[in-house]
Amino acid sequence: MLEGAAVSEPLLRARGLVKHFKKVQAVDGISFDLHAGETLALVGESGCGKSTAGKLLLRLIEPTAGAVLFKRQNIYELKEREMRSLRREMQVIFQDPYGSLNPRMTVGDMLEEPLRLHGLHRCNERARVTELLGLVGLSPEHAQRYPHEFSGGQRQRIGIARALAVEPRLIVCDEPVSALDVSIQAQVINLLQDLQRQFGLAYLFIAHDLAVVKHIATRVAVMYLGKFVEVAEKHSLFARPRHPYTRALLSAIPVPDPALKKQRLVLQGDVPSPYDPPSGCRFRTRCPWARERCAAEEPRLLEGVACHFWRELEPYASASQSALVNERLARLQAAFQSGGAT
Amino acid sequence: MAAVVFETIDASPGRRAVRRLARRAGAVFGFAVVVFFILIALLAPWLAPYDPVATSWSAVRAAPSAAHWFGADELGRDVLSRIIWGTRASILAGVVSVSISLALGVPIGMLTGYLGRWVDALISRVTDAMLACPFLILAIALAAFLGPSLTNAMIAIGISATPIFIRLTRAQVLAAKAEDYVEAARALGNPHLRIALRHILPNIVAPLIVQATLAIAAAVIAEASLSFLGLGQQPPAPSWGSMLNTARNYVDQAPWMAIWPGLSIFLLVLSFNLLGDGLRDALDPRHK
Repeated sequence: MLEGAAVSEPLLRARGLVKHFKKVQAVDGISFDLHAGETLALVGESGCGKSTAGKLLLRLIEPTAGAVLFKRQNIYELKEREMRSLRREMQVIFQDPYGSLNPRMTVGDMLEEPLRLHGLHRCNERARVTELLGLVGLSPEHAQRYPHEFSGGQRQRIGIARALAVEPRLIVCDEPVSALDVSIQAQVINLLQDLQRQFGLAYLFIAHDLAVVKHIATRVAVMYLGKFVEVAEKHSLFARPRHPYTRALLSAIPVPDPALKKQRLVLQGDVPSPYDPPSGCRFRTRCPWARERCAAEEPRLLEGVACHFWRELEPYASASQSALVNERLARLQAAFQSGGAT
Repeated sequence: MAAVVFETIDASPGRRAVRRLARRAGAVFGFAVVVFFILIALLAPWLAPYDPVATSWSAVRAAPSAAHWFGADELGRDVLSRIIWGTRASILAGVVSVSISLALGVPIGMLTGYLGRWVDALISRVTDAMLACPFLILAIALAAFLGPSLTNAMIAIGISATPIFIRLTRAQVLAAKAEDYVEAARALGNPHLRIALRHILPNIVAPLIVQATLAIAAAVIAEASLSFLGLGQQPPAPSWGSMLNTARNYVDQAPWMAIWPGLSIFLLVLSFNLLGDGLRDALDPRHK
């Protein structure tokens, strides 16, 4: 009976998360739910607050305001010790496979540490390390080696194994593949998907590569200057982007075929400074459809879109777009087929 | 080619650093001389041909000869024996005082770097104030305050060299703290103490080793200076600094009294500096 209730209830609820670094409004009021087994992709330009949102979720930094409810507890109200034991349930995978592993620890020590910290697999730590290495496609003898002896892709697998060691329910993946070759990207993405199916993991997947997002995400949240501008199911977002910024992002995906002329929505100017974001709608300074109301009134996120006028915009020409993304995806998967053996 | 094969066979970061160090002539020379002096210090009772404090009226200011290789001083004491025994004071002063600086500076530096906020502000200001005073002047003032003896000189030198270690450790901790692997260690639920000792400290030892080696060289000079001023090793016990001090009055009649201790200080300090430079290059991760 309780089981049934737990399934429908989200694993995690973020409510009104705000993080200001002095005057910089890195994250400014975002809310979302995350369910077990789903992947919420967080996309946006660099500097829009994606990574800060990820760190807030794990309480690696303290929020300026807001709450993250995990198992109905607000994690920001937990004491140091309680938070440490909760960390078993929420893990992180970093972007840089070189910076995320301690260069002075062997892979075995790195994977054993979390087991000892949380008292998991007592007396069987060695066997568990071997098992973890197997899960991510590495062999037991890799345990004695140091990080510098591995390639970028292998290091990222080690980072994934370390996150899995504590059997978490949620993993924040902070651009986990953007530092890797395309062929290796596919391997790592497929590994993440396999693990998700196997363990029912929830991912918060921070990314800027829309091809990867289209492959792995269940839902997508588009961020601009610290706020969500659109949140939608993956398929509807890619087929019918509603917010002007989402449209611009989708039309910015490069075209591999020069013969294919596509209508591009090119944004003018730079991202405004998060020190002093524009009044009203934060996107209005670069939005081709901006009107007076946009400067005066901040649009609320309604039905997953934060735009006053999205219903009035001309329909989005989507057919060629999804073909392009699929083409990129096909290459990723082809690369996986050929590179998967190594 | 052979080097490439070696790199893949043998893995630990420490061993690779040793291999890089061995490729540097200056560092190898420095290391050899340092080891040589350490052996002399350890084996002094067996190596010294005479008792270093035994005076002899027949040998007053005797020039170097078969009986006294390095000559004799104003009281007829054998200079070679005094140099050999004086090595103990110099090496001891170098190692003990730098150990004091490390023992004080590294924990304090880690505390300031890791905790930040007001702890950092407070300790950093105190450090700045101490660094505003020249190292040797501070050491002399402290040694004079504590009273003249070799032990007090080592304490004075150790405390005077501490701010450099606080500042270096703090800077290194700040850099390491921003690394993803430290963030990952936090995300895994490591307590703060364990993050500091297991994840940060091992990654900042390289610059500390280098600084310690260079500080030993400075401490050897400082001990010699304090002894020269009468604030270090007390007569009749031998020390290179106090030997130089007495030699000052006889430089024209008995230059050997000054040359040998001067040369010893020069050689030991140079070697520690060469070793420190070599270590800095060998431990720098940018050198592959």
